[in-house]
Amino acid sequence: MKNIRNIHLRFIVLFSLGIAVFTSCERDFSDDVQFATFSSNGDIFTDAPVGLTDEFFDSFDPNEGANPEGFGTDDNVAFEGSSSIRIDVPAPDDPDGGFIGGIFLDRGDGRDLTGFDALTFYVKGSITATIGEVGFGTDFEENKFAVIAQNIRLSTDWRKVIIPIPDPSKLIQERGMFFFSAGTQTTNGFGYTFWIDELRFEKLGTIAQPSPTIFFGQDISTPVVNGIEFVITGLSQTFNLSSGINQTVSAAPAYFDFSSSDSSVAIVNESGEIVVVGAGNTSITAQLANVRASGSLDIASNGVLPTAPLPMELAENVSSIFSNEYANAVESIFEPNFGGSTTNFQLLSNDDEDALVYTNNNFTGIVFSNTLDGTSRTTLHIDVYPFDESTAVDVQIRDVGANQVLETNTTTGLPDGDDVDRRFLIEGLTPGQWTSIEIPLDGNLAAQRNNLGALILAGGPNFIFDNIYFFTE
Amino acid sequence: MIMKYIPIKTIQSTVLICLGVIAMSVISGCETDETQTVATFTNLVLDENFDTEGAPNDQLWSFDIGNGPGGDGWGNQELQYYTDRSDNVRVENGVLLITAREESFEGSQYTSARLITKDKFEQQYGRFEARIRLPFGQGIWPAFWMLGADIDENPWPGAGEIDIMEYRGQEPSILIGSVHGPGYNGGDAISKEFTLENDRFDTGFHTFGIEWGPDFINYYVDDVLYNQITPEDVDEETDGEGVWVFDKPFFILMNLAVGGTFVGSPNAETQFPQTMIVDYVRVYKQ
Repeated sequence: MKNIRNIHLRFIVLFSLGIAVFTSCERDFSDDVQFATFSSNGDIFTDAPVGLTDEFFDSFDPNEGANPEGFGTDDNVAFEGSSSIRIDVPAPDDPDGGFIGGIFLDRGDGRDLTGFDALTFYVKGSITATIGEVGFGTDFEENKFAVIAQNIRLSTDWRKVIIPIPDPSKLIQERGMFFFSAGTQTTNGFGYTFWIDELRFEKLGTIAQPSPTIFFGQDISTPVVNGIEFVITGLSQTFNLSSGINQTVSAAPAYFDFSSSDSSVAIVNESGEIVVVGAGNTSITAQLANVRASGSLDIASNGVLPTAPLPMELAENVSSIFSNEYANAVESIFEPNFGGSTTNFQLLSNDDEDALVYTNNNFTGIVFSNTLDGTSRTTLHIDVYPFDESTAVDVQIRDVGANQVLETNTTTGLPDGDDVDRRFLIEGLTPGQWTSIEIPLDGNLAAQRNNLGALILAGGPNFIFDNIYFFTE
Repeated sequence: MIMKYIPIKTIQSTVLICLGVIAMSVISGCETDETQTVATFTNLVLDENFDTEGAPNDQLWSFDIGNGPGGDGWGNQELQYYTDRSDNVRVENGVLLITAREESFEGSQYTSARLITKDKFEQQYGRFEARIRLPFGQGIWPAFWMLGADIDENPWPGAGEIDIMEYRGQEPSILIGSVHGPGYNGGDAISKEFTLENDRFDTGFHTFGIEWGPDFINYYVDDVLYNQITPEDVDEETDGEGVWVFDKPFFILMNLAVGGTFVGSPNAETQFPQTMIVDYVRVYKQ
């Protein structure tokens, strides 16, 4: 509906221009055009909801644990006037749901918030708990201009909270008036109550000194090949408030203007999604309201990833983990999310060839969904494409023992319990081309390889794997 | 600087009356009544617009260098080392830039600059004003102020001090104007805060000034007169102990301090460098 209206307007503008040009009509074309505008009322809740949907509170999904029962208004408590919003934060084991959260939506087509610079409200708590998240711009549809401030500290007296708008000029039609999510993480599971009053968008005039970030303000660099994709994370905006406090909010990608210094190497769209398309170097940066964001991603692309060597083993001699040539002997988890792992993993899918791309690897693994009896196998094959001359990745072939549990000493990184492994350092390879590595299943695996459970990958940090399979020589 | 802040409450009503009187005099052109003193300083005698690129005009400005004669951060445990390097002070694009930097220099963690007109421009009475955009952040302390020109013979606080503008970087909407003299100085200065409503001093230029006559110092920011200090106020504030010393020539100082007792130290969130941007300094007399 809205799109149609916009197109319609654009058409009118063009059409009017045409008339002005061709007929020398004296009327100013802007007289003919009334751009749609939306309510610029900033009030959300004073003593009652202002211009919100009949539901008023639109809860997160109760099926995911949200408690829709703890929301209401309280005529006995108010910062100003006669009533406030009352939110009862449940205990984690509450049968109605273990946390509370949701949104308030404008009942109309949305509001014009361009004249404001912050969402403000007064809040007080029954105890000095911390509200996890508060914000606006979440509408349970696109959430295009979502803004979230974290860890709002409650006082047992009223306190004003100021959530700055990262760039008000973007908010010409916003329905997401308010967003919150609260649990008992800071209260050892004890429920509490907080009240919100005088909730509104305001023009404070004291929201200043913007300091946006992407990638959490860090300058990152990574080697890539064509087809690798990234999403820009760590998007935030920080303003200095009149209290001297620097208030940071996370800001949706739509507030930012992203750019790639060489779009023949990588392109970035308005959602902050990057795709590598060619060889060379490019730097991904961003601006928010014409202020350069700190943080960047420098991409060094090798271009098209060559196809890995074609495996030559007979299928009956192979137990495959990852290869386009053989059926998998076992399915694997490629992102085990080990605690402390910094690894960025991507499954690269080319036309008829997939590959496993690891960047910034400290340690990760390929964890088999079921154990594999490798008694009849003698060798592990891996094709490796290192990005750097210094690439050195330690492959640890793990047998997880009869209990079939991956057990690792978190201090030493060595196998624990009934686990054993065989370690092999892949290094000294020529970067930018494939090398086939064959690791004999000897050492600790000579006597125990009937419960092969994982390949642990340590170091690197930047490499691509393909054609991972056990075989019999 | 030797300027500490103690709030006082007695002067607000005077200001309101005073504003009313000014308004009346503008509208009707009538003479002011006996109880009010209104400035009529229209003769421009100093017009420093910072039009020459490079170092500030040395016919007008000198520098205080270092961390104070006692090595004690100019009496306030300020953390900066003042220099006259272009990194810390220079004229560019028609404005004076006083820049505080975080760097190790001569044993200090920060550098900045302090400009003075001592022995170069000194005047008794008049209208003194500067148009300045202030820096911000915890521990940032810019000032535009004056000291009695006889300070070498008549040490502080005897010489007197007029603080036209002081400001804490962590309170970017609040301006502080003060006087110090014998019996009212340091933490007991006669002082007043002014809060800029719905705005702040670090996002645009503001004009900070005083109108100083024989029996009064009027403080204003932009077009708002927010305080008047008179010998009677000094008497009241000090139970008759204080002495009005604002009846002799004073010189001008402008500086950007970092840390010290008045503002506290910068913290991890304080961004450096921070720059105080001065568009002009003007002095009028009758």
